[in-house]
Amino acid sequence: MTNFLPERIYRDPRIARVAFFALGALLLVLPFVVEAGMGRTWVRILDFAMLYVMLALGLNIVVGYAGLLDLGYVAFYAVGAYFYAILASPQFGIHLPWWALLPTGAGIACLFGVLLGAPTLRLRGDYLAIVTLGFGEIIRIFLNNLNAPVNVTNGPQGINMVDPVTIAGSALTKPMDLFGIQISGAHAHYYLFLALTLLVIFIAFRLQGSRIGRAWAAIREDEVAAEAMGINTRNIKLLAFAMGATFGGLGGGLFAAFQGFVSPESFTLMESIMILCMVVLGGMGHIPGVILGALLLTMLPELLRYIGPLQQELVGRVVVDPSDLRMLLFGVALVLVMLFRPQGLWPSPVRARELHPENPDEVRQEQEALYDAER
Amino acid sequence: MDVLLQQVLNGLILGSLYAMVALGYTMVYGILELINFAHGEIVMLGAMVAVTVLAVLAALGVPVPLALLSALAAAVAVCVSTGVLVERVAYRPLRNAPRLAPLITAIGVSIVLQNLAMIVWGRQYLSFPPVLDIQIYEVAGATVTNVQILIVAVAAVTMGGLLVLVRRTRLGRAMRATAQNREVAGLMGVDVNRVIAATFAVGSALAAVAGLLIAAYYGIAHYNMGFILGLKAFSAAVLGGIGNIPGALLGGLLLGVIESLGAGYIGDLTGGFLGSHYQDIFAFFILILVLVFRPSGLLGERVPDRA
Repeated sequence: MTNFLPERIYRDPRIARVAFFALGALLLVLPFVVEAGMGRTWVRILDFAMLYVMLALGLNIVVGYAGLLDLGYVAFYAVGAYFYAILASPQFGIHLPWWALLPTGAGIACLFGVLLGAPTLRLRGDYLAIVTLGFGEIIRIFLNNLNAPVNVTNGPQGINMVDPVTIAGSALTKPMDLFGIQISGAHAHYYLFLALTLLVIFIAFRLQGSRIGRAWAAIREDEVAAEAMGINTRNIKLLAFAMGATFGGLGGGLFAAFQGFVSPESFTLMESIMILCMVVLGGMGHIPGVILGALLLTMLPELLRYIGPLQQELVGRVVVDPSDLRMLLFGVALVLVMLFRPQGLWPSPVRARELHPENPDEVRQEQEALYDAER
Repeated sequence: MDVLLQQVLNGLILGSLYAMVALGYTMVYGILELINFAHGEIVMLGAMVAVTVLAVLAALGVPVPLALLSALAAAVAVCVSTGVLVERVAYRPLRNAPRLAPLITAIGVSIVLQNLAMIVWGRQYLSFPPVLDIQIYEVAGATVTNVQILIVAVAAVTMGGLLVLVRRTRLGRAMRATAQNREVAGLMGVDVNRVIAATFAVGSALAAVAGLLIAAYYGIAHYNMGFILGLKAFSAAVLGGIGNIPGALLGGLLLGVIESLGAGYIGDLTGGFLGSHYQDIFAFFILILVLVFRPSGLLGERVPDRA
């Protein structure tokens, strides 16, 4: 990556510290700035963006680190969401506390990840993609139909009135007064999600550099070679699957608590694909890239709302419903990114160099060296 | 009425439709080792175009056989050009890229096709125009309609034609050669790019026929119909042994029968816990079971590496 500023600025610890605190302060006041500038809806959008950052980072472990294409990621999200919703809503009259449900929900999702992964991880990449996709559909079909003979999921109507997260006895969805500052539900959730997102980012960073993270990279690059180096590929792949599923389950629980409502509608294949888009568009395996991808893909579709009035102005009527355009543009983006910028918008420096070396001779020499070695 | 026989019969009719779609997956996979994710959407496109053309022609009072044939021709034309275009734009540039790259573009293409169809035709269901007088026949206690007989007959003829194409013609030989070894086939004077494009064209033409038949079978077409159908057909292809043409036939028929019997008896088997609306999960369970226990499928002779 090119540095825009002189090299020494990146090295100076004092500047790094200032930048760190500036970023922290910015994140703290961001919802108020956004609300003042663009209205409360955008604070909610910000909340969702953060939720998707968590999900995308979870999927990034599976797709980006370990190179396993998982098209059923939304299944784990659904498991987390429904686990929370069933045990904290009038559905069965059970109201367990959120601090118990969020981690156990993530744990249950992890279990599902292992259940799915154990038999299927022997499969080659594209088969794995299809099987995970099928798994996602199976989960959705069950959610849709488990309202009879015992009403577990309430079928297509979904579960309503899910308990919100409560802190110090007051629900996070209600506006509260903190030291004289009015804090709305959207703001409160912003801080909750921010804290958890930072935690997830921290975990993702630590995982990446760890022994496990390096094992994932090795498997992604060459599974046979990785196995020859003494990596237990099956267990390590399973671990990637389980970790990804855990984040998915956590995101699901938060989604249920934040939204107050879950239904199978929210867990379609398109949702899986959208999260995959975030990872691919941002840059597989690169945490800042994935965060960027998630933020872009949650915010940009919201801008499409303005296309309706724009058409009205230009053509005199709404030709194409803006919400219809959303998935279409995702599809086009997936194809274009794969064709023209397979490393993503903000790739990791290593990946970028592999795909587009600054010096083309480098790759040729490397390949020739490999060829010689093979002989 | 004999329930078992009826279920098997329904399953075979449904299965012949799955088989036709499965052939498209299997042919492309045989040559490129690529799961052409967009194939289900091509079937959907065929169904939508056929129903639209048929509705227009029927309203104009065109004689039924002529209307059906023109609807078929229009569907084939649209599907073949889309299929070839998709290959050219989304798959060919990535032929030597990492395996996941063309799979991701394939997903992108299928989203694009689905949403374009939604924008063009809207979200409502298109109903198949009532141009055919339905007659019901009784065979050994089970009922079958003339439309269903027509569906099976057309499917059989089309698939027979495909077998002849692949086994007896020059193009078919070129396809088999390319499937065995693309580079060597190229050295032997086979224009590999042309053969691959032709494979997509043939598969898409089959998809168009299947689309028309499926619309006739269910009586409706919908922009969303391709996805689940594509998955089921893919499962059928894997069940039979992907890359293997008779395997796709067998897999399609078997999947149809399993689904039909499963939907009919799952209620009794699980004591009423699961009902017939779980019909769609059979294909996925079969897919997972086959991939785990017998990845080469029923008729697959070569074992794909580690799959």
